[in-house]
Amino acid sequence: MSSEKKQEKPAKAANSSSKPSTTAKPPVPARPTAPVAAKPPAPAAAPPVKKEPEPPAFEKGLADQIRKKFGESTRILFIRPLRIKVQVDPKDIVEVATFLRDSMGFDHAESVAGTDYPKDNQIEVIYHLGSYTRDDLAAHVIALATRTTRDDAHLPTLINVYKSVEYHERETFEMLGVYFDGHPRNDRFLLPEDWADIPPLRKDFRIKGR
Amino acid sequence: MKRELVSPTTFNVMVSKLSDILVRALDTPLGYAINWGRIWSLWPVHLETACCSVEFGAASGPRYDVERFGIIEAFGSLRQCDLVVVQGTVTRKMAPRLRMVYDQMPEPKYVIAMGACAITGGLYIDSYNVLPGVDGIVPVDVYVPGCPPRPETLIQGCMLLQEKIKRSKIK
Amino acid sequence: MTSLEDKVEESRKLGLQIVKESEEDRLMTLSVGPQHPGSGHFRFIIKLDGDYIVYCDPDPGYVHRGEEKMCEYRNVIQNIPHLERPVIHDSNNVTYSYSLAIEELVGIEVPRRGQFIRAIASELNRQVYTLYWLAIYGIFLGHSTMFMWPTGDRELFIDLLEALTGARVTHAFNIPGGVRNDMPDGFKDRCIRQVRYFEKRLKEYEDIFYNNPLFRQRTEQVGVLSKEDAAKLGVTGSVVRASGIPYDIRKAEPYDIYNEIDFKVQYMKSGDSYARSYVPFLDMKESCHIIEDLLDKMPESGEVRAKLQPNPKGPPGEAYRRVESGRGALGYYVVSDGTPKPYRVKISVGSFRNILALPYLLVGQKLADMPAIYWSLNYWPVEADR
Repeated sequence: MSSEKKQEKPAKAANSSSKPSTTAKPPVPARPTAPVAAKPPAPAAAPPVKKEPEPPAFEKGLADQIRKKFGESTRILFIRPLRIKVQVDPKDIVEVATFLRDSMGFDHAESVAGTDYPKDNQIEVIYHLGSYTRDDLAAHVIALATRTTRDDAHLPTLINVYKSVEYHERETFEMLGVYFDGHPRNDRFLLPEDWADIPPLRKDFRIKGR
Repeated sequence: MKRELVSPTTFNVMVSKLSDILVRALDTPLGYAINWGRIWSLWPVHLETACCSVEFGAASGPRYDVERFGIIEAFGSLRQCDLVVVQGTVTRKMAPRLRMVYDQMPEPKYVIAMGACAITGGLYIDSYNVLPGVDGIVPVDVYVPGCPPRPETLIQGCMLLQEKIKRSKIK
Repeated sequence: MTSLEDKVEESRKLGLQIVKESEEDRLMTLSVGPQHPGSGHFRFIIKLDGDYIVYCDPDPGYVHRGEEKMCEYRNVIQNIPHLERPVIHDSNNVTYSYSLAIEELVGIEVPRRGQFIRAIASELNRQVYTLYWLAIYGIFLGHSTMFMWPTGDRELFIDLLEALTGARVTHAFNIPGGVRNDMPDGFKDRCIRQVRYFEKRLKEYEDIFYNNPLFRQRTEQVGVLSKEDAAKLGVTGSVVRASGIPYDIRKAEPYDIYNEIDFKVQYMKSGDSYARSYVPFLDMKESCHIIEDLLDKMPESGEVRAKLQPNPKGPPGEAYRRVESGRGALGYYVVSDGTPKPYRVKISVGSFRNILALPYLLVGQKLADMPAIYWSLNYWPVEADR
């Protein structure tokens, strides 16, 4: 129930980007409390809670740090034990990533995943960032998400902030057709050299017989 | 006349014709011996195409030890090899390479398709990047089913190939 | 001191033919793989200046089978068999984090005994993987004994896993909600006996391989990855632990039962090929203790598998879960839209992260050091391609 709401929220917020402060701001303060209150109906979040009894406080602190710095331009989509998801506009992503690296200690990217949402005509690219240098952040993963339009998919690259995204971004480029501005090599990586179809992980690419 | 005979082209043609004649003449008396030689020197190319290579490695380990049959000695240049074991899935990127390797090998050459993916595409039959079997790329002599085949199955496949060579006419 | 140009000019005046080589003439491009005894299903293009590597460009994708796309066409249970194929000799760890992610999405609690069996299967499989890796490393460095011993001892662990799961390498044992079936009778004793034997063998491994002066000469101070660079490049598993960062998901973010298990994170500080090849060995040693500890603390009886609906599905949402596999952190990012089929599955594999360090480490090294560096990165091409 609660997670359904969560899913709708980013789409709405991204569609009406002209007034994000009015649509996206009100749920933000309620966000940390909502998952905690909704714990019994959603036992999915229960196992991690057992290991660390009071994680939400720490994660809330992390989220507050981001919120204090960037205000309305970033939207905290959820705060779960050990996981935070932040959504930003493409133009802010380099700035937010630099802040996460320099001030908060998330020093490497674990994965870059692209998800195609044909209904919203958008592609979401999500960076999972982890930390080697800070011991208290070892278990935490911040998901930094951004959205671009499907027809003209362009995003600024994070390679100057995180060296570790190099191959992941190349893979996202060929699998979803998201062009990373400033990336030294937006070209074939895993697919065959003569690949002449649309990027395979887009939803309108159908595999044979299905 | 003499010069013509020793010029490289005619010499090569002559030798190949001679060898054809020889082979035909020797087929009946010596065919068994020649095939016997081929059977016990099946050397595979070290070309791994997918995850079946793990079981291929296990087959040459101490427990299964296929080298005691003299068949799978997994080293050497592909110009000295006469067997390709297609170890699993062949993707669209690998297919031209597989054919290139096959074309470079000297005659006679044999192909074993190892694993369900190499036979029909297996689990990945509906993947966009996987070929439905390798028989469109190279002519297959023996199919070894399994996902992945156990090393025993691979050994059995090799022995089937030996049986096939034993009964074939020499070329 | 006259400069080189002056000397060339002078000798030209004398009528000597001295031609300065241009850099393009000197460089040689070499394509290593995919048909190469070492590279496996992988190619990398290197440029050589004499004996030195000046450029390296990995070219993976020879086993790209589109697993992530296939996931979108199958329901969460049907996905298991093909998701373990990327690393068939580490299949329990590959399906482990997938199961954790699906459990988080669907909302299932794994029974306590099931968690223990999962962890045991995962540790046994880590041994199988690392032994295979070690065998290939032995072949790479021309140490045939180190191919034969690990492949032989690997069969003992495969026997254990075969008794536990019913298959040699492709187990499909971890499923969302627990494990497929309970332990067979007498498994515990057999497992302990096997592990004790293997601990003795590990000492012999150390004597013949890791203390071998030839091996040490080939790997020590070769391909040094500093602590800062390891963090920057985001490498994982034994590679990052060899560079002095004691990061292990089992300790950092304990999943299932690992917070009750007492073990140390093994790491080294030198960051060279020797450290990168020694850390998996230390991990194997530690795994033996973990298996014994797990068997000791395991509840004698109980459920091993939570009841599931035929087509398990959860509310729309997303999950990112990681486990420590043989090659490092292995994360699954699963997005669900409320249907039984996942909307998007992204596999973040250790191999794909580690290979980023290859160009970085190879440039400036000699060609003869290439095998020692390449395989010490704990790279399995099939996994990286997915």
